[in-house]
Amino acid sequence: MEQPFSDKATQKMIKVAADLNIETVWDRYEGMQPQCGFGSLGLCCRHCSMGPCRIDPHGNGPKVGVCGADADTITARHLIRMIAAGAAAHSDHGRTVVHTLDLAAQGGDSAYQIKDEKKLKAVAEIYGIETKDREVKDIATDLVAEAKKEFGRQDGSIEIAKTAPPARVKLWQELGIMPRSIDREVVETLHRTHIGVDAEYRHIIRHGLRTALADGWGGSMVATELQDILFGTPDPLQSTANFGVMSEKEVNVIVHGHEPALSDIIAEVATSDEMKKKAIAVGAEGVSVAGMCCTANEILMRRGIPVAGSFLQQELAIMTGVADMMIVDVQCVMPGLKPVADCFHTELVTTSEKAKIPGVRHIEFHEENAEKTAREIVELAINNYSNRKSGDVHLPSDKEPMIAGFSAESVYDFLGGTYRATYRPLNNAIIEGRVRGAAGVIGCSNPNVPFEAGHIQMVKELIKNDVLVVTTGCSAISCAKHGLLQPESAFKLAGKGLQEVCRAVGIPPVLHMGSCVDNSRILRVLANVVAEGGLGDDISDLPAAGAAPEWMSEKAVAIGFYFVASGVYTMIGKPLPMMGSKNMLKYLTDEIEEEIGGKWAFEEDPVEAAHKMIRHIDKKRELLKLKPMIYEQAFKVGD
Amino acid sequence: MVDQADEALATVLKKYGKDTAVAYPNTAYYLPIMYLFLGQKVKQLGDLEHSMQEARKLLGRVPEDKNWVPYLGETLDSGVATLIAEETIESLKYLNGDHKEDDIWLGFTGDNILRQQGIKLVDGRMPGFAAIAGCTETNAEAVELVRGLQERNILVFIAGNTNGRSIAEQLAEEGIEMDWDCFIVPYGKDTTAAVHALNFAARAAMTFGGIEAGTSKATREILMYNNDRVHAFVMALGADSDVDKEQLITDDKYATAAGAINFGFPVISDVNLPQILPTGICNYEHVISGVKLEEIIPRAIELRDLTVKVENIPIPVPYGAGFEGERVRKEDMHVQFGGKLSEAFELLRMKPLAEVEDGKIEVIGPEVGDMKEGESYPLAIVVDVAGRDFQEDFETVLERRIHEFISCANGIFHMGQRAIIWLRISKEAHSKGFKVRDFGEILVARLHNEFTSIVDRVQVRLYTDPAKVTEIHESAKAVYADRDDRIGGMTDEDVDQFYSCTLCQSYAPNHVCIVTPERLGLCGAYTWLDSKASFQINKHGPNEPVDKGAVLDPAKGQWKGINEYIKVKSNNTLDKFNAYSMMEEPMTSCGCFECIAAIVPEANGIMIVDRDFTGMTPVGMTFSTLAGQVGGGLQVPGFIGIGKLYISSNKFISAEGGHQRIVWMSKQLKEEITPRLEERLTKNGVTGLLEKIATEEDAEEPDKLAAFLEKVGHPALEMEPMF
Repeated sequence: MEQPFSDKATQKMIKVAADLNIETVWDRYEGMQPQCGFGSLGLCCRHCSMGPCRIDPHGNGPKVGVCGADADTITARHLIRMIAAGAAAHSDHGRTVVHTLDLAAQGGDSAYQIKDEKKLKAVAEIYGIETKDREVKDIATDLVAEAKKEFGRQDGSIEIAKTAPPARVKLWQELGIMPRSIDREVVETLHRTHIGVDAEYRHIIRHGLRTALADGWGGSMVATELQDILFGTPDPLQSTANFGVMSEKEVNVIVHGHEPALSDIIAEVATSDEMKKKAIAVGAEGVSVAGMCCTANEILMRRGIPVAGSFLQQELAIMTGVADMMIVDVQCVMPGLKPVADCFHTELVTTSEKAKIPGVRHIEFHEENAEKTAREIVELAINNYSNRKSGDVHLPSDKEPMIAGFSAESVYDFLGGTYRATYRPLNNAIIEGRVRGAAGVIGCSNPNVPFEAGHIQMVKELIKNDVLVVTTGCSAISCAKHGLLQPESAFKLAGKGLQEVCRAVGIPPVLHMGSCVDNSRILRVLANVVAEGGLGDDISDLPAAGAAPEWMSEKAVAIGFYFVASGVYTMIGKPLPMMGSKNMLKYLTDEIEEEIGGKWAFEEDPVEAAHKMIRHIDKKRELLKLKPMIYEQAFKVGD
Repeated sequence: MVDQADEALATVLKKYGKDTAVAYPNTAYYLPIMYLFLGQKVKQLGDLEHSMQEARKLLGRVPEDKNWVPYLGETLDSGVATLIAEETIESLKYLNGDHKEDDIWLGFTGDNILRQQGIKLVDGRMPGFAAIAGCTETNAEAVELVRGLQERNILVFIAGNTNGRSIAEQLAEEGIEMDWDCFIVPYGKDTTAAVHALNFAARAAMTFGGIEAGTSKATREILMYNNDRVHAFVMALGADSDVDKEQLITDDKYATAAGAINFGFPVISDVNLPQILPTGICNYEHVISGVKLEEIIPRAIELRDLTVKVENIPIPVPYGAGFEGERVRKEDMHVQFGGKLSEAFELLRMKPLAEVEDGKIEVIGPEVGDMKEGESYPLAIVVDVAGRDFQEDFETVLERRIHEFISCANGIFHMGQRAIIWLRISKEAHSKGFKVRDFGEILVARLHNEFTSIVDRVQVRLYTDPAKVTEIHESAKAVYADRDDRIGGMTDEDVDQFYSCTLCQSYAPNHVCIVTPERLGLCGAYTWLDSKASFQINKHGPNEPVDKGAVLDPAKGQWKGINEYIKVKSNNTLDKFNAYSMMEEPMTSCGCFECIAAIVPEANGIMIVDRDFTGMTPVGMTFSTLAGQVGGGLQVPGFIGIGKLYISSNKFISAEGGHQRIVWMSKQLKEEITPRLEERLTKNGVTGLLEKIATEEDAEEPDKLAAFLEKVGHPALEMEPMF
């Protein structure tokens, strides 16, 4: 399963896997072929036991299920259940963060502190909490109470969603999709998609949009904002990515999954003198922590902890033979790790009360005992160092430096400093035709497309055409490994206008904005750009687009829908599993734009996908009557 | 720079101790840079330690060669740190006595000059300022560059040097006059002196924008005020030799420029500095470089969006407001007219269209070529104007502008008006071919240009023949007397409309002047007639008629129509004001006032201080400190900004009892207004009051003042309490 577009270290490790005859995600994917056509088209329904039903998309087979649901209903119901699952994943993560902030607010001997008081106050003010002359912990306590309400509020709507541009909020209210509370929208999705409830596909999707908004402008945003309060709002910082960040001479702890609560403490404990001494005692030089997947992004953004790899690299990380420990929490953790870990000395540990893997050691983590658990885990890793077998070590040295740590707040500071904090240079760059527009390239990787081809080719094509890219999640890790997060890359790969902006500000052409829950940061940036002025009144006016070229998870579906609902043109590679319904296809990729300002687009060729995004950006530039681009564009305007 | 400042501070701390006072002369804004950025009121050396600690916190990381973190924001912050350090260094110069008044360097600009010159920035006489650092290759280039800026009326600040040489030194060598009146202000030879241009800009916002520093919001507003309203730019000339080739200029200069960019002031350079073209902190490009010297002014104008009106007048010398304040010394003089040495006057009359031949200029009597060097000659400047919409009332308005029009010629000196004029033509102007006839050229061009809508034809006769001058002078005297009667007698009750003046709103957005026949604009430049003429000339200009409407309070001077107007024009910050009261809802000020009248509670009266007086007043505040409280469109009962002429008006604080309340005036002001005030008092049957008004020679403190007033039996002591 060669992956010619992937980073060098992955290519080497895939070869190692083949040599050792160890099964990877790509092998299993291949073994799964051909995959079920009905499933791919979204035409299979298992919501009740009159079924399973499947609709015949071509011939003279059934056009409706046993209950009478047609392809439109079945695909729509299936899609919004994906949204609900994605929203649930992000929001449950958010709930954990609220709990952690609660502990920090109570003080005592909690391992957690409020690191960013400024952000605490800023978020508290969103909720109308008095901040003047009040103790930090009192403000935090009030904020926790308000944040909890976002999940279970019975009346009104999600407060933090009202921070979207006023025109957008008004539109949501008019359409009746202002999210009411996070849990409620998820629950209602499950209700509506139960046998014999909602059968009108547009009506179903409308609620899907509302559920997605409860994620992006609800659960995810609460997660991001409160994590910033607890762990610090990211500021640009230097780090490195890829397997080469692990050291043969150190005890390597890989933290994998999505939540920072434990990994942040592990990072703290691992770098303590005490642990270093213990490591030296077993013959290592120290303890090194490296991240994987979005846990990586969380501790990268705030602590600069290096990144070992992304979702598709998780098994390969173990195969390097130097991972003394891999701890996992929630989301995107493959059960397939277990058989790989069995072939190596790596200690695999599950830590979330929500997630276990058969046969894998479980050390359950609770925020109340964070430090104790962290110590236990790190010590276990140190003790495992001596089990490392030199014959099993296949560590590639490849790693790339990067700049990460971009948050919506940091934009103000790195563009304007303390006294002129502003988004103005960004807006101006777009207005005057140096930057053509902005694109968010985010999301997973998927063995159904060549690994990283989607992300890297798309991003390169965008920046070549003066489109500034922001990235999160596994896409960000791919960009890091390919050197796109280095500021120097602007001068090699970006168009001249974007280069000038990168030179003036000192930024890379691709900005790492965090984990996948942090896509809420992109929403915040978009809202701030609108507020700065000169580019319309709503997110849907902006020359911007979003993409998840290698998407795979239900979270990605939720994210895509909340971007569409926020007015963003959203491009993915392989289409959503609803191609069995022509009406749904037409609605999601065309008609919905009239209603909400954003829409879906599907294009498997990443370069062509980038061109479609640029065409959309150009269309928005034209509507805003912006100046023509200053420099000649590789992909011409009007092409 | 921060290290340098720390070092300098440590040295003086050792020498003088923490409690020693540190301040710039004549300012109410402490060390303005610290006040702006840190909200800190630096008074003692010990305070500077805190300033420098804050500066150090603002210093950003030095960008790495590879994989650097974003540097724009940190660069801007480091720029601020630099300015704080420079302000420290410059302020210590005053403590150490390192600042010398006797060389070409002027150092810190006091608030008095700021206010006086500020009006030029607001009314467009100065479209903006250039801060020049460095020097040109040759002196001739330096002269040409600065003359070019002067011709466009751009104020020139000079600070710093390139390889030990400053453009100010080049100009001095070429005998170019440099001071505030000429629009050329050499601050200092060190790069640190550049901070004076920025502390000037900071105070401009505090003074005219009415923004009080102290909060981070105010800091931002002050910087944005400069970004939006003060059209300034930095001109970095020449490459420094002691830095590496790619860097071109010193780190200190880059760091100072970064400080200036915080104000929205971009940098233009003749050497190839790295350009910063994307915009956002400045409105246009941040740094443009490699600009040829001959193109640098037009490029700068473009870069900072300056509105420049270049006068194209067919005379052989350069012309522009930058030359207005230039003097011609006796030894540089070719010939002179008037003064006390010969008979001279100027008169502008309205004539029927048929009697005026447009553009006709006659010289009756000898021309300059026939005059002997160093001598005085008689001169009559007689201007006839005609226009369909011209009114006799406008004559004085236009006539008073003759001074400004003629003064703007390089090498020509003009002072006074009517029959007290004094003109000189310099040797340099003479050598370039300037003649008496050229006075006519200037007047024809400028009158047409400035008064397009009311002036259709202009002709000028210039008499140098002694007999003719004497002859026409007699008829002129009659005209002057007639005018005085007409205007002097006009009262607020005679008219239905007053005029507004919102000229300063570009700077003080919430202030609006109401100009009445008996209360002229506080800047002293706009009378009711001037405003009326201004409205005739430009219907959409800064002056417009305002119906008085119903009289709400005749004694205090409050009218319904006026109140309604100011509510709108003050952006709803004012509901009403009283034109004749300084105690109850007084009229507001922009910041350009000629004088401040302030209550002296101990004396039950008021004092008046003019902006040129730098000493202490009986209310315990200097003009600068007082001015800090009065400007920016705020109503401060007990304190008003006024024009000098208002003091001799019948409506002078008539609500509080008028002239009898005046217990103290600065001496120079008292002397200046005595003739007019005396006349007014005599008319009103008041005698002996003038002698009872104290000056700084009699008292600078309230106790002494009270004793003086007691001694002379000042009437204010017997009047009703003021509040």
